[in-house]
Amino acid sequence: MQKVEVGLSPIQQNMLVGESNQSTPIKGINQQSMKQKLKGYLKTPGSLILLICVLLAALVTVSALGLLVGYILIKGIPHLSLSLFSWEYTSTNVSMMPAIINTLSMTGLALLIAVPFGIGAAIYLVEYAKKGNKLVGIIRITAETLTGIPSIVYGLFGMLFFVTTLGWGYSILAGACTVAIMVLPVVMRTTEEALLSVPNSYREGSFGLGAGRLRTVFRIVLPAAIPGILSGVILAIGRIVGETAALMYTSGTVADVTSSLMASGRTLSVHMYALSSEGLHTDEAYATAVVLLIIVMGINWFSGFIAKRISRG
Amino acid sequence: MKKYKEKLMENIFLLAACVSILSVVLICVFLFANGIPAIKEVGISEFILGEKWKPGNMKFGIFPMILGSIYVTAGALIIGIPIGILTAVFMARFCPKKLYQFLKPVVELLAGIPSVVYGFFGLVVLVPFVREVFGGSGTSIFTASILLGVMILPTIIGVSEAAIRAVPNSYYEGALALGATHERSVFCAILPAAKSGIMAAIVLGVGRAIGETMAVIMVAGNQARMPNGIFKGIRTLTANIVIEMGYATDLHREMLIATGVILFIFILLINIVFALIKRRERS
Repeated sequence: MQKVEVGLSPIQQNMLVGESNQSTPIKGINQQSMKQKLKGYLKTPGSLILLICVLLAALVTVSALGLLVGYILIKGIPHLSLSLFSWEYTSTNVSMMPAIINTLSMTGLALLIAVPFGIGAAIYLVEYAKKGNKLVGIIRITAETLTGIPSIVYGLFGMLFFVTTLGWGYSILAGACTVAIMVLPVVMRTTEEALLSVPNSYREGSFGLGAGRLRTVFRIVLPAAIPGILSGVILAIGRIVGETAALMYTSGTVADVTSSLMASGRTLSVHMYALSSEGLHTDEAYATAVVLLIIVMGINWFSGFIAKRISRG
Repeated sequence: MKKYKEKLMENIFLLAACVSILSVVLICVFLFANGIPAIKEVGISEFILGEKWKPGNMKFGIFPMILGSIYVTAGALIIGIPIGILTAVFMARFCPKKLYQFLKPVVELLAGIPSVVYGFFGLVVLVPFVREVFGGSGTSIFTASILLGVMILPTIIGVSEAAIRAVPNSYYEGALALGATHERSVFCAILPAAKSGIMAAIVLGVGRAIGETMAVIMVAGNQARMPNGIFKGIRTLTANIVIEMGYATDLHREMLIATGVILFIFILLINIVFALIKRRERS
């Protein structure tokens, strides 16, 4: 941008002379043509190299996703059959329907636990805690720690605490509690960021009109932060749906629809791991991968859709 | 009445905030209470530095797995950090709005794809590819590193993009006004200002790579022996737990929990280093 060539284009010269056609759009004189840009880059090879690196990196990212999704969809869709969605799981027809139902109940239950706590915690951190509050530091450190803990460690903890110590056995409830702790920092962090990004003038305006802190939080700050919060919840859903390691030893690997919260059941990801590690049902594993991918893409699309609508309204 | 309600809600929020503290305490207590006695029984140096893992012969040395985790994580970082940060730079500072509307969902989708699906993709695509091109069985440190490198991309991209965007635009404009090119302004003025956020991104990436379980199990080979070459298979700490937990009993089971303890300590160390970096930056 810095090496603007001062030479004027014919249109601009016309404009100066005053003969310009009214319909031609006004062009900024500080804009460079492609040729000028290229010339500029040739003078600064370092910048050119950086530009190429940046473009390449973005390309790699996109093509990684393209390759993965494309390959799985192309290989997997032919293997999708109605019998894979039958209600019963048998050893000959490894239906994924029970696993889908288990995934839904697991996700719902875990969100029910994690979202209120996560949002509440974020509200405390952003809206209530005073500066220099020691507790805040501890909460932040623990939340950061929770973010970093690998899912298999959550799985071990869930197995030791919920399954063994509390005596729940391998159950959906134990699994849901485990993943709820796991996604808690995700919800907390994104909500916190969303709350922080709400301009302070909103709060000042609300206080100025005589609203209390609580009213300000629920009526002014939270609505403005909803798209951000939603993105956190969506992220959480994605993690729950895709979770395997934390669930194998908490909710177990029984391949039937759970009759109650205290019964064991495998979610779709665990189901898929079981299929691909057994090695007998690779085709079905492809099909399950397709379903998982479609669910994830659906979730992503949905979150974008909601966020757009809310930010518009 | 109103004041009472305000106070009550504040305490409820406080309580919610304390859940994370409670969780960490519980996780620590239960892991350490179950793992430490077992480590003592075997001997700590034998456990951490022992090169043989043979539960049948009561040999519990997890050194190969520790090395395995470190190698795979390092490999993932070598691939993930440059691509991730550069992509974040592209998204925040280079990309036209139209393209951004396409790129953002792409990264979000990458983050959303379950690790089993990554693992499965690795198993059916990467492993045969590495087998053809580099020989060997295909399940190796190299394969796992590539897969993990892609898996940590969205973490690194997401956090560093946010950090880059948080830098005030005046930094960029100032650099431009001084005659720097667009690229130079971005890389020399904005990136240094976003350093702490980018460090956070990398730490999160390390955490994700070291803790990744399912994908690694499916592509790393899982041989419980010392790593000898990047085209040979290894077993990570996480894989060790998942593979053997299903049938382990007694001391063997406790040793697996102890493996989890070591993994947990690793993560705590990373967090501490991270906190130190952040503090130094502030002062």
